[in-house]
Amino acid sequence: MSRVRVLVGTRKGAFILTSDGTRERWEVDGPHFSGWEVYHLKGSPADPNRLYASQSSGWFGQIIQRSDDGGTSWEPPGGGPTTGPDGMPVGQSNRFAYDTSDRTGKPLTTHQWYDGTQHPWKFKRVWHLEPSLTDPDVVFAGVEDAALFRSDDGGLNWNELSGLRGHESGPLWQPGAGGMGAHTVLLDPSAPDRIFVAISAAGVFRTDDGGLTWAPKNRGLRSQYIPDPDADVGHCVHRIALHPSRPHVLFMQKHWDVMRSDDAGDSWHEVSGDLPSDFGFPIDVHAHEPETVYVVPLTSDAERYPPEGKLRVYRSRTGGGAWEPLTEGLPQSDCYVNILRDAMAVDRLDPCGVYFGTTGGQVYVSPDSGDRWRPIVRDLPAVLSVEVQTLP
Amino acid sequence: MIRVVIPYHLRNLAGIGGGEVELEVEGPVTLRSLLDALEARYPMLRGTIRDHATQQRRAFLRFFACEQDFSHEAPDTPLPEEVASGREPFLIVGAIAGG
Repeated sequence: MSRVRVLVGTRKGAFILTSDGTRERWEVDGPHFSGWEVYHLKGSPADPNRLYASQSSGWFGQIIQRSDDGGTSWEPPGGGPTTGPDGMPVGQSNRFAYDTSDRTGKPLTTHQWYDGTQHPWKFKRVWHLEPSLTDPDVVFAGVEDAALFRSDDGGLNWNELSGLRGHESGPLWQPGAGGMGAHTVLLDPSAPDRIFVAISAAGVFRTDDGGLTWAPKNRGLRSQYIPDPDADVGHCVHRIALHPSRPHVLFMQKHWDVMRSDDAGDSWHEVSGDLPSDFGFPIDVHAHEPETVYVVPLTSDAERYPPEGKLRVYRSRTGGGAWEPLTEGLPQSDCYVNILRDAMAVDRLDPCGVYFGTTGGQVYVSPDSGDRWRPIVRDLPAVLSVEVQTLP
Repeated sequence: MIRVVIPYHLRNLAGIGGGEVELEVEGPVTLRSLLDALEARYPMLRGTIRDHATQQRRAFLRFFACEQDFSHEAPDTPLPEEVASGREPFLIVGAIAGG
């Protein structure tokens, strides 16, 4: 029988939740990296036992951790207790050095700051890890300050794909309130050299040549909080998602507005429809129904909790426009949690399972595509990310 | 032999038991040579005490020895003889911060 493994990153460590295909009884393993923020964990589609985790702290910076046994044991790539011929340890921890080489032809030294002045690029943390669809040793990292890095050796060495940050709009990018993170990395299963990246608060960028050159993909987005509401860059994109069977269709939860693209991001149109609020963070697509989409509306950007204190996932079965509230099993009073951008995921089972985590430390599962929900755990630290692996 | 006390989380990260690390440092014992030796012995600590790129001390860490604050000293400042000889430990201390 199939199993699922849910990878949960929190403010104070990582947790691994496992169940069989019924998704009724759960084992909770953790915390891993206790006391550290774990922004994101994700498994390799090519080798489900190969997991990557982003561990960070305000004191000690960024560590990449790797597991080769499905999360039972972890080690910083190259930094484990191995020794060389001289008896000294070998390897290195994780160095995310921005590219300032002549290769880019650009100085890549500053970007816009909150006050409109220019500010040096400075690496702070990894927001999102996206392993290659085919090679367990290849993994991409979306980082703050916004940039995309790639490792070809299992997370030991990282090289910036500097064409992204070197795009002519780079000096105009400025952070949102939570920082300027490259928070979403989507790989196109039909086009190995196509990658989508979303940056807060710059917008969506796409490469079709493996990361060498990039183009903004924000036409159709309107943001009243920037000087030119229709600008090429500067839009606060919270999350984008696609279905692997139809990767030219993208869905977006923007700061305000839920959007859809039918041409791989070349243009967008709004599908917020009858949502009670079109502000929110996560968005995801059903595993088997590419027109079924999930969002979690929040009252407003100023308040950032569920409308009326009722935690409701909204589902559209029409690719947006018409939305239905999903409430069974979710708290319908006095609930004021947030669901962050990377904290929703779906499994590949039939029926599809949907998962999300809250800043209140609950992780919810619906084993029936959203009809009914129940908590897997209730009292974790604030949840930063949720990913799901469907295992044989 | 030089003695270094590092924070709890870094001891865990480096798989260090006990409270202190003992290091051999060649040449003059300075902040730079001490941290170089620490990172050579425990490569996974690179970037956690000093920024990878700038080599600057992380803002929430402080350096103390012999009841003196060395946090703002230049990297090649000699450390006290008591530290160089191992009579006193060098302390890397995390600030009280965060939630």
